[in-house]
Amino acid sequence: MEQLLKLLENNARLTEDDLGAMLDKTPAQIHEMMERARAKGYIRGYKTLVNWEKFSAAKVQAVIELCVTPKKSHGFDAIATTIAAFDEVESVLLMSGGYDLQLVVSGRSFQEVALFVAKRLSPLDDVRSTATHFVLRTYKKDGEMFLDEDPDERETVL
Amino acid sequence: MNYDKIIATAAQEMRASGIRKFFDIAAEMKDCISLGVGEPDFKTPWAVRDAGIRNLEMGQTRYTSNSGMKELRTEICKYLDRRFDLHYDPDSQVLVTVGGSEAIDIGIRALVNPGDEVIIPEPCYVCYDPITHLTGGKVVSIPLQEKNQFRLTAEELKAAITPRTKVLILPFPCNPTGAVMGKEDLEAIAEVLRGTDIMVLSDEIYAELTYGSERHVSIASLPGMAERTIVVNGFSKAYAMTGWRLGYVVGPAPVIKIMTKIHQSCIMCAPTTSQMAAITAMRECDDEIDMMRDEYNRRRRLLVKSFNDMGLSCFDPKGAFYVFPCIKSTGMTSDEFCKELLYKKRVAIVPGTAFGASGEGYARVSYAYSVEHLVEALSRIREFLQDLKEGKV
Repeated sequence: MEQLLKLLENNARLTEDDLGAMLDKTPAQIHEMMERARAKGYIRGYKTLVNWEKFSAAKVQAVIELCVTPKKSHGFDAIATTIAAFDEVESVLLMSGGYDLQLVVSGRSFQEVALFVAKRLSPLDDVRSTATHFVLRTYKKDGEMFLDEDPDERETVL
Repeated sequence: MNYDKIIATAAQEMRASGIRKFFDIAAEMKDCISLGVGEPDFKTPWAVRDAGIRNLEMGQTRYTSNSGMKELRTEICKYLDRRFDLHYDPDSQVLVTVGGSEAIDIGIRALVNPGDEVIIPEPCYVCYDPITHLTGGKVVSIPLQEKNQFRLTAEELKAAITPRTKVLILPFPCNPTGAVMGKEDLEAIAEVLRGTDIMVLSDEIYAELTYGSERHVSIASLPGMAERTIVVNGFSKAYAMTGWRLGYVVGPAPVIKIMTKIHQSCIMCAPTTSQMAAITAMRECDDEIDMMRDEYNRRRRLLVKSFNDMGLSCFDPKGAFYVFPCIKSTGMTSDEFCKELLYKKRVAIVPGTAFGASGEGYARVSYAYSVEHLVEALSRIREFLQDLKEGKV
């Protein structure tokens, strides 16, 4: 299962035939394993990594550091779940170190992201402080280089 | 000036690489997918690169001893003992070379007199024939058979041996076929050789890249064979260190002594930075070898199944990073098939004939590429075969 998950994590478009060949399984076995992985929550979805900067679509991202007040009974879970429910929020991570939650927030403009922070995030009761860092350029994301690929410079020398 | 008269005859008669021009065309072609290279797509493990950088920072840029740093020779002996049950003395039985290629060159030069016969099982790596030719040796080819999974059999060897036979080249795991020789296969070969004065040059550069339950076995580990075998190996394939140009050869002390003398005259010593880095490779990178091998194995399975599914029968190669599908069913020669595939679908693979006449009817396909790259290339080859069936080619 681990090998299957690693292969899919790198390329979710591989066919069950190809995955089966690589892992010495039948396509039916791969199908069953993928269903099981989905049911158990190992696989959370299949998405495409889009380089929006290259597409030149208007999309702005910011990393936001949040200090929050944990609840007595729920710790950080309650506030983290509340924040995760906003559509603008792409990821929420509980952190060790100088702040509590790290968010990645996206919007169509700097202003839109700034307004979201000012009007929706900061007013939340448990949010004590925010620090917003706008993303200027993405070099690598989810293990993939976002720069132009290096050409394969290997020579055929036999 | 008439350079034909000036250049040495033996050098002029060396067999040239038949595919250089072919791959020059491929390199200029836009959107061409190559499955032609014979080197890992992985980067050298970071610990190894770091060791090389540290060595440079410390200004350790002088020659080493001719036979290589003692520390490295000691690590080589420990490694061969640990991984292949081979036992050598670092002081007298190891020579560090500039890649496995130099070891092959000086190995043949150390052993072959003009007129001596060198048995070369084919299809095989392209350098054995021209180097033998340069020494004035005579090449005796053994065309290996797919029905034997491209392994050398004792019968084939016996039939090739004459009183002038000096060296048997044993290139397993094999480039280009991916064939391996198991312990029993090697035992049969050893049985033919024991009691003769024939030396084996065992090119084991792909020793770490074998798939399945059986690890690579060196013929030198069999009883009575270490004294008649020189084992060539290196860092290029196992540690993805091709550009570092570092190999080694182990064997009987008198042979290594002579090889060191030749090496001293033509090379002086292998690159110091590479030697320093290689010590780290052998001490710290067994896990990296396993990681790369597992990845190659997944790709190997993908290619073997895909070629068989598309009607190009492909035996299950258990070593190196090549598959060797049979293209005879297309009715084309290897050369025609590869050229048409290049021009029609922009996929570059190597005709089997580049590795000897017995490679006719086959093509070498490297899987030292990412899965995405392989999947795209396979899709184009599938389309090409479909076009062939429909008479569009």
